[in-house]
Amino acid sequence: MEFQFFLEVLVGGLLAGVMYSLVALGFVLIYKASGVFNFAQGALVLFAALTFVGFQNMGLPFWAALIITLGVMVLMGIGIEKIVLRRLVNQPPISLFMATIGLSFFIEGLAQMVWGTEVHGLELGITDEPFEVGGVFISSFDLFAAGISGTLVAVLALFFQKTKLGRALRAVADDHQAALSVGIPLQHIWAIVWAVAGFVALVAGLLWGSRLGVQFALTLVVLKALPVLILGGFTSVPGAIVGGLIVGAGEKLAEVYLGPYLSGGIENWFAYVLALVFLMVRPEGLFGERHIERV
Amino acid sequence: MNPNRKIGDVILKAENISMSFGGVKALTNISLEVREHEVLSIIGPNGAGKSSMLNVINGVYHPQEGKVTYKGRTRDKMEPHLAAKQGIARTFQNIALFKGMSVLDNIMTGRNLKMHTNFLQQAWYWGRTQREEIKNRKVVEEIIDFLEIQHVRKTPVGRLPYGLQKRVELGRALAAEPTLLLLDEPMAGMNVEEKQDMCRFILDVNDEFGTTIVLIEHDMGVVMDISDRVVVLDYGKKIGDGIPEEVRQNPAVIAAYLGTSH
Ligand SMILES: Nc1ncnc2c1ncn2[C@@H]1O[C@H](COP(=O)(O)OP(=O)(O)OP(=O)(O)O)[C@@H](O)[C@H]1O
Ligand SMILES: [Mg+2]
Repeated sequence: MEFQFFLEVLVGGLLAGVMYSLVALGFVLIYKASGVFNFAQGALVLFAALTFVGFQNMGLPFWAALIITLGVMVLMGIGIEKIVLRRLVNQPPISLFMATIGLSFFIEGLAQMVWGTEVHGLELGITDEPFEVGGVFISSFDLFAAGISGTLVAVLALFFQKTKLGRALRAVADDHQAALSVGIPLQHIWAIVWAVAGFVALVAGLLWGSRLGVQFALTLVVLKALPVLILGGFTSVPGAIVGGLIVGAGEKLAEVYLGPYLSGGIENWFAYVLALVFLMVRPEGLFGERHIERV
Repeated sequence: MNPNRKIGDVILKAENISMSFGGVKALTNISLEVREHEVLSIIGPNGAGKSSMLNVINGVYHPQEGKVTYKGRTRDKMEPHLAAKQGIARTFQNIALFKGMSVLDNIMTGRNLKMHTNFLQQAWYWGRTQREEIKNRKVVEEIIDFLEIQHVRKTPVGRLPYGLQKRVELGRALAAEPTLLLLDEPMAGMNVEEKQDMCRFILDVNDEFGTTIVLIEHDMGVVMDISDRVVVLDYGKKIGDGIPEEVRQNPAVIAAYLGTSH
């Protein structure tokens, strides 16, 4: 009985963790291709979710809303490259980072200007009835969300490890001039990456939106991605998966087993403390590339 | 002599190139020609404008005046990735490798333009994309053998000593199978033995594939040994152009070199 309860907490935590991985993945993509932390990822998640709900409220069926929103996100990625990033080739990463801060305010503002500020419910049509496997209850929504997230993460991981585009991405992140000199069109790469990050934001926005409601607070979901990234490493897609699982399982277990002794509410800060401890031991993350400074 | 090595027609022609950065005139009215299959060295004291000239050729810099004609085509504005498309590969004075990536992956990026599957095909890795990877991987392994860096294939380049990094950078440029190879001080900071290896690689490439090579080098011994022709710059102006023997005896060149610490 005790053990079954433990399993139930663990599975719930792991499933939630996969959703953290999904959000973290959006960051990893941009980080890989430009070496910057994309401050605007949360805004993209909000924008995607609001846009989807907006179209649905206009009476469009699920699939139509999904496809149009996807189109909007892809256009947005291309637009960001054309209007903002293109001017920042060969500039230091800090300039790019500042640009993403600006973008994040712009996108948040745009989202609310177009779609308004009220909270919308989001129905994906998945019933959330727990079902039982060997005495352990599992939420079917969590399982569905984890399935979608896991598939996406796995596909992208493979993609970036094994293909020419994956290499091009890493090359662009390392050295703009060198990348251009071997014929990698920097601008296409950035447009593709931002479009894919937009797509990931859409999936994250739908899954998290249907859990929390589509509202401004969605942008805060990305805060949970931070400890995931620190654990897994900013440059690693598999790292995002493992980091997410550790954070998800860790915080649920801590809440249940340490909660009674500490004051409770552990779930809110546990991940950050874990990340902090981890930073001291292995600053490059579990899978990140170790930086060795030559002196 | 290998028929590939027979020096051919003019493949690249720069005419009256002038370029300045703010008040600094990096290049003043430079004209030069590069002929097919030759090894052309650009020499000159520090700050003479050598690197700027290479940067103009592959489109990193856009000169305020003058034009560059490559393979019979004059472009208004060359861009580095277009230059790459037209068969110009290069290395940089301050090594520009992808530090976190392995030697193998670095050189693989040089194959970028030889690989034609698109974004969507790559998303579905199996099939065409995989075959293409394997085929190009083979070419890269040959380059690795040629440059004698098998023992570090999987090492992240950031961890390699300077001399080996320079070799990897050459490897990445070679992977593109360029027509014109631009090398900015490929032997800087090397010891005599490493320099000899590098010279051998450069000459072998030129000899075997007929690759046209433009290189910048400070070591006069090396320059006189491996060049078919030498162009001399000083304070952004061209002061000499000819076969090594002529340049060696050119009074303006001698004066420029005596006036500096070389
Ligand atoms: N991007 C730049 N911005 C400003 N000034 C530049 C730039 N690139 C070159 N210069 C200036 O142009 C002049 C020529 O520089 P360049 O790098 O071409 O010389 P070089 O012959 O390659 O010298 P070295 O042997 O030291 O490499 C120098 O005065 C240099 O300071
Ligand atoms: Mg130079």
